Amino acid sequence: MRNEKSTEDVALGIRRRVFEHVMRNNGGYLSQACSAAEQLAWLYNEELKLGEPTLPMIPEPFWGVPSPSNPDYHTGAGYNGPSAPQFDRLFIAPAHYALVAYATLIEVGRMAPEGLEMFNKDGSSVEMIGAEHSPGMEVHNGTLGIGLSTASGLAYGRRLRGEPGRTWVFMSDGEIQEGQTWEAVQACSHHGIDNVMAIMDVNSQQCDGAMSSVLDVGDIRSKFINFGAACIEINGHDLSAIRDAVKEPHAGKPLVILARSNPFHTMSVLKERFPRLHYVRFTSQEERARFNRSIAADLGVDPVNYPN
Amino acid sequence: MVDMVSRPYARAFEKFAAGNPNILCLSADLTSSCEIDGFRDRHPDQFISLGMAEQNMMSFAGGLGLAGFRPFIHTFGVFMYRRPYDQLMASIAYPRRKVRLMGFLPGVTTPGGMTHQSIEDISVMRSIPNMTILETGDATEVESICEAADSIDGPVWCRVLRGSVPRLFDTPIKVGEIRGLSEGDDVLVVTSGICTEEALRARAAFSQAGLSIRHLHLHTIKPFDANALLDYIGSVKHGVVTLENHVIDGGIGSLVAETMADAGVGKRLVRLGLKDTYAHGGSRPYLMKFYGLDASALIRGIENLMGQDFNITEDDLAAARFDDVHSLVKAEAL
Repeated sequence: MRNEKSTEDVALGIRRRVFEHVMRNNGGYLSQACSAAEQLAWLYNEELKLGEPTLPMIPEPFWGVPSPSNPDYHTGAGYNGPSAPQFDRLFIAPAHYALVAYATLIEVGRMAPEGLEMFNKDGSSVEMIGAEHSPGMEVHNGTLGIGLSTASGLAYGRRLRGEPGRTWVFMSDGEIQEGQTWEAVQACSHHGIDNVMAIMDVNSQQCDGAMSSVLDVGDIRSKFINFGAACIEINGHDLSAIRDAVKEPHAGKPLVILARSNPFHTMSVLKERFPRLHYVRFTSQEERARFNRSIAADLGVDPVNYPN
Repeated sequence: MVDMVSRPYARAFEKFAAGNPNILCLSADLTSSCEIDGFRDRHPDQFISLGMAEQNMMSFAGGLGLAGFRPFIHTFGVFMYRRPYDQLMASIAYPRRKVRLMGFLPGVTTPGGMTHQSIEDISVMRSIPNMTILETGDATEVESICEAADSIDGPVWCRVLRGSVPRLFDTPIKVGEIRGLSEGDDVLVVTSGICTEEALRARAAFSQAGLSIRHLHLHTIKPFDANALLDYIGSVKHGVVTLENHVIDGGIGSLVAETMADAGVGKRLVRLGLKDTYAHGGSRPYLMKFYGLDASALIRGIENLMGQDFNITEDDLAAARFDDVHSLVKAEAL
């Protein structure tokens, strides 16, 4: 399934799809594509060992929540392939990155482009905040801070079963404000859980604005190391640096890759929105048109022909 | 005299779990307090110490459930839903993980005061989709709680008694069943947990006073067989009294009230338990008397229902059991 495209091309494709979607829908999680596209492209296109998708390329409508009366319930994990012992698993801990994650699935051929047309539509499983039934998702992570803990439990269980597959977490830096993140690192360190791996989009932004103005978190790498993880910090837009980072030895410890990223990367006009980048809404048709032209030029595509 | 059993959970859990690789024992720094210290020492491969980090523990258990394990979480009940409620919802209840939440120190069974007393847990758990709720009222139920919980395809909240526990029943918990403890056609008394023993004491006194009581004990609170309860309610003349080691809002009193209202039952209901109040630290008998959870409170409740004074005094009740808070059968003071 891999290497049909270069990872650079996958990252560019993610940004183009997210851009087009946000223009058509007059807003969305655009900055997250700027900061995280290389990380998700690298995971899906190079690093993750995944099987063929087991769910339809065009996502099914919402099929209900887990309950004893819904025996056919399943999660959206099948877009990442089967949960067999040899395969890796991936949790998208900041579930509001779902738009970027869905675009990634399309770029690597795991979901049809029609899937993105269903985004945030009533009755769709392709939800705005990725639910566990959404494409590529296996657990609910919309409440920030629970992803690493769940992954750690899964990784511990897989180790008990002797499964070689790793459990990966795509994280965001905002969630380190949650105490649970540090509880999870302690547990991994104490129990030597080293088959859990995380790459964190350190874009220094959160909903209210710059993290330094909301609740500064200081030296993240030192904190992870002091809590018992192996941690390496790299430029999140430098694919060769990401490739090297995963080689960091981490026997007996989880590995956390801090991918320092730029929330305007490849979309320079977004700087105008700093420090409110979490969800980009256009305040006027003039602004929408201007952003359309500017970002299209940055990404090397024609402006989006969106309905007014 | 009631037969007292020392630390029934310790033996029962080890007998149930030892050697079953799919069952894991999770603890949050209250290992001896939850009577699993022996299990930890003898079966370290099935034991996971997660420390005082309950938020992580809940999601971690969800991850273990995703990996196909059936984690039994052991800590005081309050610590499993107040702080980590979000994790309980998102990581355990929603995805129907087979996590068994063994909540110790239900209600006023601890001198630890507000921070240690789970007085509204049943109310919380009843409103959580996919959750099953079991409560132990005697040593036999404690001895059978692990099998009962592990028979459920989904998460289970268990109120577990520790230390010295009376043996009232001779049959194990059968999930979904209501225990009928006495036949009678005047008043229906519905109790659960430690309040059932109190009702047993009061019942004898009423029998002598000429009032016949049909007494039900609930170990399964959710799911609940409303039709069975309605049949019992239909079999008494005057009404229903509930008594629970919990606030009366959302617990078994509410459960009975909802059942009666849904069916249009026009009988009176008196709900006894904690009435919109926290408790404080003290011995169990003191707290049960102070907050109206004991046999005397049930007598007053039945008199209220009947509009009649039966002249039953403390002396008419069978001798109250009194455990020293710091007695040897408890793992430690808290």
